Amino acid sequence: MSKYSMHILVCGGTGCHSAESDTIVCNLRDELESRGLVDKVQVILTGCFGFCEKGPIVKIMPDNTFYVQVKPEDAADIVQEHIVKGRKVARLLYQDPKSKEIIGDSKHMGFFKKQLRIVLRNCGFINPENIDEYIAKDGYMALGKVLTEMTPDEVIKEIKDSGQRGRGGAGFPTGLKWELARKNKSDQKFVVCNADEGDPGAFMDRSVLEGDPHSVLEAMAICGYSIGASKGLIYVRAEYPMAIHRLKIAIAQAHEYGLLGKNIMGTDFSFDITLRFGAGAFVCGEETALIHSMEGLRGEPTIKPPFPAESGFLGKPTNVNNVETLAAIPIIILKGAKWYSSIGTEKSKGTKVFALAGKINNVGLIEVPMGITLREIIFEIGGGIRNGKKFKAVQTGGPSGGCLTEKHLDIPIDFDNLIAAGSMMGSGGMIVMDEDNCMVSVAKYFLGFTVEESCGKCAPCRVGNKRLHELLNQITEGKAKPGDIERLRNMSLVIKDTSLCGLGQTSPNPVLSTLDNFMDEYVAHVENKKCPSSECKSLMSYIINKENCIGCTACARACPVNAISGERKEVHYIDQSICIKCGTCKEKCKFDAIYIE
Amino acid sequence: MSKITSLADLKKRREELQKGLDIRNKANEPESFVQVKVAMATCGIASGAKPVMEFFLEQLERRNIPAIVTQTGCMGYCFAEPTIEVTLPGQEPVVFGYVDLKRADQVIEKYIKTGELIDGIIPVNYETIDSKK
Repeated sequence: MSKYSMHILVCGGTGCHSAESDTIVCNLRDELESRGLVDKVQVILTGCFGFCEKGPIVKIMPDNTFYVQVKPEDAADIVQEHIVKGRKVARLLYQDPKSKEIIGDSKHMGFFKKQLRIVLRNCGFINPENIDEYIAKDGYMALGKVLTEMTPDEVIKEIKDSGQRGRGGAGFPTGLKWELARKNKSDQKFVVCNADEGDPGAFMDRSVLEGDPHSVLEAMAICGYSIGASKGLIYVRAEYPMAIHRLKIAIAQAHEYGLLGKNIMGTDFSFDITLRFGAGAFVCGEETALIHSMEGLRGEPTIKPPFPAESGFLGKPTNVNNVETLAAIPIIILKGAKWYSSIGTEKSKGTKVFALAGKINNVGLIEVPMGITLREIIFEIGGGIRNGKKFKAVQTGGPSGGCLTEKHLDIPIDFDNLIAAGSMMGSGGMIVMDEDNCMVSVAKYFLGFTVEESCGKCAPCRVGNKRLHELLNQITEGKAKPGDIERLRNMSLVIKDTSLCGLGQTSPNPVLSTLDNFMDEYVAHVENKKCPSSECKSLMSYIINKENCIGCTACARACPVNAISGERKEVHYIDQSICIKCGTCKEKCKFDAIYIE
Repeated sequence: MSKITSLADLKKRREELQKGLDIRNKANEPESFVQVKVAMATCGIASGAKPVMEFFLEQLERRNIPAIVTQTGCMGYCFAEPTIEVTLPGQEPVVFGYVDLKRADQVIEKYIKTGELIDGIIPVNYETIDSKK
């Protein structure tokens, strides 16, 4: 029998996949083959490592070497140098951006040091398309434990005691949700996994489904046993083809092993899971809208009550949980409620996965204990702000959340503290903004997203957000009238109070929180008609400094709309009525003669 | 593969499958295992380091000693090839020279199992940049 002495793990998450990680795998295998090493070294395609900024990632075990930004043609060097000769390929190792130190081992990287991986425990470690590797990492042991050693009520008590709260956004206690679904009697109940991840910049659910799909299947079966359901549905957006592909493989494998289907592990319990594809509407992340979409109806929310736990899918009691919530369930069962509740803060237990995006050095996916500070996330794990710029704000909770600023950097992050600070946890997207971002434009961007995604059922959301967006547009274009800021605030509050579902009730949050934290920027836009960050194009103009201009014509030749006129060796002039403010002239000028006003 | 029919069956299956992930599991905490590094530069391979490495891989597992066997580049002890470096948990690394299969067996039986030193140890005669601070 051949025995592997080394494993090469290659990231197969969507980010690294699009950077040709599958070609890397092929090339590595070819190289190994040509050297007769195929039965010594195993190449494994895994889920996301989280360090997407520097993908594709290749990790070599057992020496724990972490290669970043690997290209397909690097396969030869990795095999020839590292595998054959035992020398690390220095040019592919990670370099710490601050200390410039070359780090070969992921354990010493700032990005991984502060992380605690529970939900992402298997992502980047096992091959998601091989159930055997999941079983080797205690997979389906939790399901076996609940089926043979625990009653449904004991399972629910365990989840309640763990203090876990739903990771989809609202933070509703998971155990309580299960208990409500269990109490409602019916011939048929359903377990639904909400994988309709829609926040701009959030991709943790996708990564879990791509990197560790079995953990979600196992948790759904556990939930089914607890609430008395024999059918599960995963509502996943069709834009996640790789997640769907791996889910399908996982479901087929679990069936083959008898871990899904009839009489699981020789017990009376039977459970089946099918997939439902969403068309990518943001509102379908709201559970009633999601259920309607699964029923083939329009993806529109309805008033709660009745809650899905009473009357959900096809009118039957239904329990809806988010992917990240479910992925933690097996480990809570195996390690116990006490262990889980020892992590985190008083009212928010466990860990949270955050997707770091925006102007931050280490864009990627991280998992940290609740109670960590924003400063630790942004400056230690995230590696600080790009290009040495100054931190301005971070948007948490996506378009439903708000922005947090310098003064919030040291509060411990959990569900309640974020709400108290005027934002929310949401699904865990973190979009970092630096000094060059105009906060009015940021609010406009997020509101633009909700305007687009509003289902149109209720007037406050459909009409109100549209008007709110128009007002913001006028402000950024310098057409605002005195009193518009007050109008902005009033309208936001009305939309919040009167909208039907969570989408409308939270859509003005980015406006309100930027009003609270960056009032001076709004005032500058409205009263002085200036954008302090020089981002709003209508409020700035490119001007030629007569003293510096030597008439080289470089700018005039580069201008795409011919807005610059002037004779050779004479001072040039920009016609503001034609200028589209693209900034090309400023880039081309070698004499610093063009400035922004 | 056949169906898993009970929790005991699943546990048995897990035991069998865990071996496949051994290398990855151990890599997360190398300090807590016996680490054997085999110098595998041209001279090492020419003097027979490859069978020695395979011997360690095979025998450590057969003798139920949880260990990490890796290869390194030239250690510089060309006069004593093949050379290996063995680090027991919590101890300083020890370098052995002239390691053929017979001596490899001794290293496992004596040094790794009981901590007893055997002939052919190469004393540390250099400082690393880590120790020079």
